[in-house]
Amino acid sequence: MSGQEFDNKIIQWVDERLPIFSILKHSAVDYPTPKNLNYWWNFGSLAGFMLVVMVATGIFLAMGYAANTLVAFGAVEHIMRDVNYGWLLRYLHMNGASFFFICVYIHIFRGLYYGSYKAPRELLWALGLLIYLVMMGTAFMGYVLPWGQMSFWGATVITNLFSAVPVVGDYIVTLLWGGFSVDNPTLNRFFALHYLLPFVIFALVFLHVVALHTSKSNNPLGIDVKGPQDTIPFHPYYTIKDLFGIGVLLLFYLGVVFFAPNFFGEPDNYVPANPLVTPPHIVPEWYFLPFYAILRAIPDKLGGVVAMFGAIIILFFLPWIDSSKVRSAKFRPIFKQIFWIFLAVCLVLGYCGSQPPEGEIVIVGRIATAAYFLFFPLLWVLGKVEKPRPLPHSIAAPVLKGASAGHAAQPMEKA
Amino acid sequence: MRKFLTSTLAAALLAVAVPALASEGPALEHQNWTWNGPFGQYDPAQLRRGFQVFREICSNCHSMKLVAYRNLGYLGFTEDEVKAIAAEKQVQDGPNDQGDMYARPARPSDRFVPPFPNDQAARVANNGALPPDLSLINKARAGGPDYIYAVLTGFRDTPPDGVTIPDGMYYNVAFPGHQIAMPPPINDDQVTYADGTKATKEQIAKDAVAFLNWAAEPELDQRHSLGVKALIFVFVMTLLFYALKRKIWANVH
Repeated sequence: MSGQEFDNKIIQWVDERLPIFSILKHSAVDYPTPKNLNYWWNFGSLAGFMLVVMVATGIFLAMGYAANTLVAFGAVEHIMRDVNYGWLLRYLHMNGASFFFICVYIHIFRGLYYGSYKAPRELLWALGLLIYLVMMGTAFMGYVLPWGQMSFWGATVITNLFSAVPVVGDYIVTLLWGGFSVDNPTLNRFFALHYLLPFVIFALVFLHVVALHTSKSNNPLGIDVKGPQDTIPFHPYYTIKDLFGIGVLLLFYLGVVFFAPNFFGEPDNYVPANPLVTPPHIVPEWYFLPFYAILRAIPDKLGGVVAMFGAIIILFFLPWIDSSKVRSAKFRPIFKQIFWIFLAVCLVLGYCGSQPPEGEIVIVGRIATAAYFLFFPLLWVLGKVEKPRPLPHSIAAPVLKGASAGHAAQPMEKA
Repeated sequence: MRKFLTSTLAAALLAVAVPALASEGPALEHQNWTWNGPFGQYDPAQLRRGFQVFREICSNCHSMKLVAYRNLGYLGFTEDEVKAIAAEKQVQDGPNDQGDMYARPARPSDRFVPPFPNDQAARVANNGALPPDLSLINKARAGGPDYIYAVLTGFRDTPPDGVTIPDGMYYNVAFPGHQIAMPPPINDDQVTYADGTKATKEQIAKDAVAFLNWAAEPELDQRHSLGVKALIFVFVMTLLFYALKRKIWANVH
């Protein structure tokens, strides 16, 4: 890693003592990346970009905010009305959470489609899921901070879930609340944790990238890189591609921020929290809706909570559940169809979560929940019975379409 | 790239369609507000008329605690006019150096003085119902300005057959449950506009809603004009990135 030669004397001097420039060159400039990555591979860096945006706007929002139930709602409105460009900071942060989740969801489903979780990338996948879990905690606590009606009642409903834990459930809930209901101590600890957790995410992202650069990127063909003819350096090829991606993301993100800033929000959260008035139906933020639907599909409190957390925990075991050695869905005709059905099931669950649990919504929610969990045993069986299509010999072979057929089978046995 | 675009488009359509399906209730008639669309802006004359409606009608029962008198400068009132408007109300201040609380005329830096000292007083004066604070009302109700307008103009003297409305309640087609404690607040010619605009019931309601929208989103004018510039900038930047990407990748494909 070290031992790089730099023309600039000062950089060379620093690098011999602290190899930050070597590390940067190794992992952000020279890093060999498969040459066939498609645009779905942009969403990892886009998620990273959103994390930076969230931290940058969040720090300045914290300067105008006050975590006290008596003033929190007014403090947010103070940011919106009296702080210079406070409305911009707050709308960037509020909608940034949604776009962060959009990027991460696409990133996860991309990994699912192209089998990026399979050996040797099991820990890379697990670290990604950990990031996702911490993100959910951070987003949930952030939503409580404006202390509107949905903040308060969302916090009440979600924290109450932990009371389903046998024996110690009530103690856990009391500990979360810092008292016997969602109140000022709850708001205080949520603010402290909401400020802390993004830095935990940063640390996890760092490990995620270390794991990525150890096992290297997967690619749309799902086959291993065979040699330098399959890769291109990260810079300038993927730096410019990621910049273009950021531009496209910004068009959507800023479009919402400037012209429909409350599109993802609930009107109820512009009503100050009132413990005596329950909103007609309490809905979590959209990115929690599929899990909310699973929670409500099980007619038993503990069972619902177990199913909800189980729906995420089971993803950690995906590398071992999926018994197929072929990574990319391109070469797995049946898995490809099941993947799209699974995606549709998740969307149906999301829709069920947004509706009051009445009538056919309950039935649809239950069928979709069953389908969600059925996906995993099915994946195991599928790996045993599915006949995958023949894999190309190397990444370079299909990319160099013009080259002779013999070229593909030639010398690339380096592994 | 094309496959990527079609699937992105499909996902975007789904993302828009799902919340659209999720929202329910009676269909609201969409009004042609001046601030609709990316280029939409408030009409200062309308905001001033709306403020007149708020001052003469709404503010008898409703508070607007998040808006300060100084903010009225945005509607085109001069500093002296703002001072005069504020000074009509008394606020409690103190303690003074004798340790006593005292009343003084409101200053431009004060927030709008509420009509009642507390929620209990407001309930007593309003038949047990609490008139909500109007600072954020346009953002705090599904449907926003269209909904508020529908409520203001949705009163009917006689409820439909089979519906009985208890004493002290009123029938309203737009309000959830159709039973509202607020009496019909506006009638034709209830205010006299200084700029000569004819004060029909609908006109008064529209002006009031415009003012309420400004109270809820005072940043909207700035947000829209900055947004158009920001998006044009990002669009050109993205095109340049794309051109550069094509050039850099030319020898890979």
